[in-house]
Amino acid sequence: MNGPLIKFLKQHPSVLIFLTILSMFTVLISIGSEAFGYGFVSTSLVKTLGKTLCFCLIALAMDLVWGYCGILSLGHFAFFGLGGYMIGMWLMYERTRLIVMESAQNAQLPMTTQEIQDAIGTQIFGVVGGSEFPVIWAFSHLFWVQLLLVILVPGLLALIFGWLAFRSRVTGVYLSILTQAMTLALALYLFQNDSGLRGNNGLSGLQNLPGLEGTAQSVISMWFFWGSAFALGMGYLLVKLLTESKIGNVIRGIRDDEQRVRFLGYNVEVYKLFIFTITAIIAAIGGALYYPQAGIINPAEIAPIASIYLAVWVAIGGRGRLYGAVIGAAVVSLLSSWFTGGQAPNIPLGFATLNWVDWWLVLLGLSFVIVTLYAPKGIGGLFDKLTKGGTS
Amino acid sequence: MSGAILEVDAISVSFDGFKAINKLSFNIDSGELRAIIGPNGAGKTTFMDIITGKTRPDSGDVLWGDKNISLIKKSESDIANMGVCRKFQKPTVFEDQSVNDNLTMALKNNRGPLSVLFYRPNQADQEKVDNIATDIGLSDQLDRRAGDLSHGQKQWLEIGMLLAQDPQLLLVDEPAAGMTLDERNQTVALLQRAAKTRAVVVVEHDMEFIRNLDCKVTVLHEGSVLAEGTLDHVTKNQTVIDVYLGR
Repeated sequence: MNGPLIKFLKQHPSVLIFLTILSMFTVLISIGSEAFGYGFVSTSLVKTLGKTLCFCLIALAMDLVWGYCGILSLGHFAFFGLGGYMIGMWLMYERTRLIVMESAQNAQLPMTTQEIQDAIGTQIFGVVGGSEFPVIWAFSHLFWVQLLLVILVPGLLALIFGWLAFRSRVTGVYLSILTQAMTLALALYLFQNDSGLRGNNGLSGLQNLPGLEGTAQSVISMWFFWGSAFALGMGYLLVKLLTESKIGNVIRGIRDDEQRVRFLGYNVEVYKLFIFTITAIIAAIGGALYYPQAGIINPAEIAPIASIYLAVWVAIGGRGRLYGAVIGAAVVSLLSSWFTGGQAPNIPLGFATLNWVDWWLVLLGLSFVIVTLYAPKGIGGLFDKLTKGGTS
Repeated sequence: MSGAILEVDAISVSFDGFKAINKLSFNIDSGELRAIIGPNGAGKTTFMDIITGKTRPDSGDVLWGDKNISLIKKSESDIANMGVCRKFQKPTVFEDQSVNDNLTMALKNNRGPLSVLFYRPNQADQEKVDNIATDIGLSDQLDRRAGDLSHGQKQWLEIGMLLAQDPQLLLVDEPAAGMTLDERNQTVALLQRAAKTRAVVVVEHDMEFIRNLDCKVTVLHEGSVLAEGTLDHVTKNQTVIDVYLGR
């Protein structure tokens, strides 16, 4: 089993370079963390970086589906969000159960199982005026089942949506609009109080792991940071394996000339469906790692604009090259949180003040236009030019 | 002659009231080389679209092979896998990929995503690719990006990709377009070699090219067959001269 993998890594040194940089970065943050090192990296920064790694993972998925297969999906954040919801359900249920059990011990009379269940229900759903557990929470007490649902629910949604869309040969901008409609419909549904997922309150307190109340956030944040880094590394390797195999040739063929691939005897729809579903699953895993670090998930997270941002990250980073997607997601999302977080100094212009919280989006939009016009291959493309210029 | 491999039976199709194909019928025998000529709008490309499943005819049937399987309800990829392959008018190769990758992708193999996912390059397949590359005169270009090839080489690569699928019927749309005289002669030889083991149908405008192909000619006009026979025979036909040659 090791043989072919080592051969593959030798053929594609970029994977090794990426994994090395990622490992070095992880070690650096670990040394700097408050929990395990010298403490020059604050816990909130660890969380921001961990979340950024999750964004890089979904950007990889976006690059595979858009940059390599040519499907401009503007709905992949729906899968990201669903992944977060699935793991969030267990986190929230289990933690609430432990709290209820604790208070039950102090109660005068021992509580029955039904009373405990009702108490948990009231705790979780009181905010939307209910106490009954909706059917979709049936497995929320089983960690492994919810973990499986992280993959199954978004994967199944992608499979059904993709089957309907690709079978009808919906392509190009029409498909992009359909994916926007999908994520919008899902968000609107989740906004309802009776959606079973607490409406616009969403799921909260996800940063607290059940049963580990004694463990500091500085430690938990490092666990998730490591998990996200590991997932990103594995994701990069997996996507690279896909794109550099024969199936990579076929999906690039679909991107460049769908009809030719069809007349070569390949069932284009099946391939699109395969890539669409696998990227949805990668996105969902990213979401399942992201939201426990963010602490809260609500339907606004999967609003259509989120998926558009995702496309912007990949476009700025350079689609069709995996490190481009990672760079794009990291740079743009970190800059975005820096500018909108109020840390960027406002610039007084005399007649007005340039307030970055308001103007960051304008800057992002401008840079998107500039990249589209002058560097269609994005930051990754500039990188290519530099390395080629250097060696030749 | 070993019997018809393709039977086109009274197909008609119209687009917005315009009859592109009007009760078109003819047969292609297995191992036959056939040229199809006709003025613009005669329905040459539309008839290829119908055979390869891109366009559904309004009426009529297309029967394929010994078992007379109807092709008109099959998908493009199914028809391709049954052994009908098509070259487009404009050379369509995967420009971003190497000549070798282009041919490997076209090579007759299981087309299912899982078997493609776990496909491992092997000696037998590489030999097949090398043989085809030699046949189309690109054996020293295997590692080149297809987009960097000359126009004529792209045409050959596309023909090579069809050969790689090992089809029983090759539909070739304007293979000589934009080629130099020397390249045309090589293309004629390539198509004649291909027709030794399979049926080849060539749509072409260039009379000299068709004369060199030295095969039976079908003249299409307004979506149906106007004349059929040797090139000399059809070019003496007065109607053919009026609608096509005499312009």
